[in-house]
Amino acid sequence: MKLHTTLRGKEYRFRDLKDLLAKANEERSGDGLAGIAAADMTERIAAKSLLADCLLSDIRNFAPLPPEKDEVSRVIEEGVDEEVYASIKGWSVAELREYVLRTETDGNELLRLGRGMTSEMIAALCKLMSNLDLIQAAAKIEVITTCRASIGYRGTLASRAQPNHPTDHVVGMKASLFEALAYGIGDAVIGINPVSDTTEAIKALLHATQEVIAHWDIPTQNCVLAHVTTQMRAIKEGAPADMLFQSLAGTEEGNRGFGVDVALLKEADALIREMGTADGPNRWYFETGQGSELSSDAHFGIDQVTLEARCYGLARRFNPFIVNTVVGFIGPEYLYDSKQVIRAGLEDHFMGKMHGLPMGVDICYTNHMKADQNDMELLGILLATAGVNFMIGVPMADDCMLNYQSMSYHDIAAIRETLGKRPAPAFERWLEKSGILAEGRLTAAAGDARRFLF
Amino acid sequence: METSGTNRGADRFREWMKFTPARLDVGRTGTRPLTTEMLKFRLDHAAAVDAVYGEVREETLAEFGLFTVETQYRDKEFYLKRPDSGRVLSEEGARDIVRRCMRRPQVQIVVSDGLSAKAIDDNLADVLPALRDSLAANGLTEGTPFFVKGGRVGVMDDIGRLLEPETLVLLIGERPGLATASSMSAYMCYRPGPGRKDSDRMVVSNIHAGGTPPTEAGAHIGALLRKMIEQKVSGVRLEV
Repeated sequence: MKLHTTLRGKEYRFRDLKDLLAKANEERSGDGLAGIAAADMTERIAAKSLLADCLLSDIRNFAPLPPEKDEVSRVIEEGVDEEVYASIKGWSVAELREYVLRTETDGNELLRLGRGMTSEMIAALCKLMSNLDLIQAAAKIEVITTCRASIGYRGTLASRAQPNHPTDHVVGMKASLFEALAYGIGDAVIGINPVSDTTEAIKALLHATQEVIAHWDIPTQNCVLAHVTTQMRAIKEGAPADMLFQSLAGTEEGNRGFGVDVALLKEADALIREMGTADGPNRWYFETGQGSELSSDAHFGIDQVTLEARCYGLARRFNPFIVNTVVGFIGPEYLYDSKQVIRAGLEDHFMGKMHGLPMGVDICYTNHMKADQNDMELLGILLATAGVNFMIGVPMADDCMLNYQSMSYHDIAAIRETLGKRPAPAFERWLEKSGILAEGRLTAAAGDARRFLF
Repeated sequence: METSGTNRGADRFREWMKFTPARLDVGRTGTRPLTTEMLKFRLDHAAAVDAVYGEVREETLAEFGLFTVETQYRDKEFYLKRPDSGRVLSEEGARDIVRRCMRRPQVQIVVSDGLSAKAIDDNLADVLPALRDSLAANGLTEGTPFFVKGGRVGVMDDIGRLLEPETLVLLIGERPGLATASSMSAYMCYRPGPGRKDSDRMVVSNIHAGGTPPTEAGAHIGALLRKMIEQKVSGVRLEV
């Protein structure tokens, strides 16, 4: 592995692979905050050039966080398909990029390759890809998963209905949910971020959502995004949950900050298999997002793209139903403006898909970021073009509990109609039966939540 | 728009909507929001952004005779990208407070713009007098108050290092949401200084006309400060 090069008469030296991976990133504020970013554009390109010549075996042998020091690294190592790895370990990252982008290389082949790669290899590949590279390569990959219903088919765009409420008020939540259904939103999941992390609050929301699903016979699944231990308690006390939720970080220490470790995830996995209300086989909802390890001081000087890839390495161990990168939630010290958020959204989606994951994106921003709804609309179009499995939908893009903006119910409907994307098949049939959708378009009756009152 | 519900159903949904601040029953044209709703959303976002990029008015500070010191934030972009820059006073700012402020006061009041200048403009005139009344009622005395431009919550520890107050209360603008751009928080700490953690601090948040009423917040803060002084601790270990 070569760590120095001369570009235009200037010499560039890098300390190790970790340094090279960080400096090869497209610019983002989080790498600046961590003090690991390239000093200027040319140094960035120098790092990319050296990374292009790295062999995949170099990346495995000089892992930034060795397996003996971190359980996420161990999960990633154990997940590598050695046969596939053996066939590509002599490739450089440049050769990998060009193979991925070849016309003859289809989605199944990319999924096969991904199984032989560590998360760091996938991150390295990502750093050599332009935004359009990331879109075109990801668009090749189809990842179909099944919880109660199935999503992820090519040509479809699913959505999470996110009817959050500032005090977990069940009637207020249901009003938002009915409005979502009236716009054709909710095929990926009806998922609520609770304010209160108490078992009783979680049980009430699980029962209320499952009651709506049962009453209208909706081919979807429910989830309440409390801490996994609270969900487990609720399920043990008889609450109906189709899947479990948990936020993931890319390091063992980062996960400790979230109050989880691999043993707890395995315990939860066994519980949801036994007591979950869906047939599966996919019963997890994971959320990630660049910068969380840095924000909890659990990053070990590793850049946020590589750490994000490592979240996916951990996620794939549990065959999730959906994985969602909450791309613009964390704030401007990690992703400063719309350019950085757009890049990160495309990176995360591609890296997740290369891990074989059913990737969705919460296309979002906070009010102290240099971004607005116009930027999110563009990222929505880009990600739908890249074949994103699902997006988050909130009423008029305004989440009145989490105080940030995502995609609106209108936005997702507009993206579907503009790009000819359909909801998940069973959900589309249900929408047609309910009179909301006809031939992929909203009917005159759509948009009126009153039809779902009961 | 055609609706399938009866009038009774229509009324019932309006009843349900009273239980949530979510933007519901907004209508559509094709797949897109109606113009009034779109502009309402844009206005709320505009107010939030303007609060982040705004500056506290001179009159607000002059009314209470607050002098201004700066952190190492340089400019708004750097402030947003590098929260650490807002946790340390500039050299000049550090010199100023040492020169102008009483050392080791019982209560040190500090005001900062944080992420919303508007929060200070809209709430300070109500919160500060109520807080001072509350200090008097609780038998507490205050040091020399001042304003920190470009501050983050962690600046409490830098000020604590320099002035060694028994307690410090920081009135700071919160990250604006669409519901309100003028929400203020009051962070409190017993003997702030280097090494203090989030869990050592207490906070009264959501202070604005539509949230925790500013006058009520002032009274509540005074009572908390007295408990901190009595128990010689703050944060999760304080018994309230």
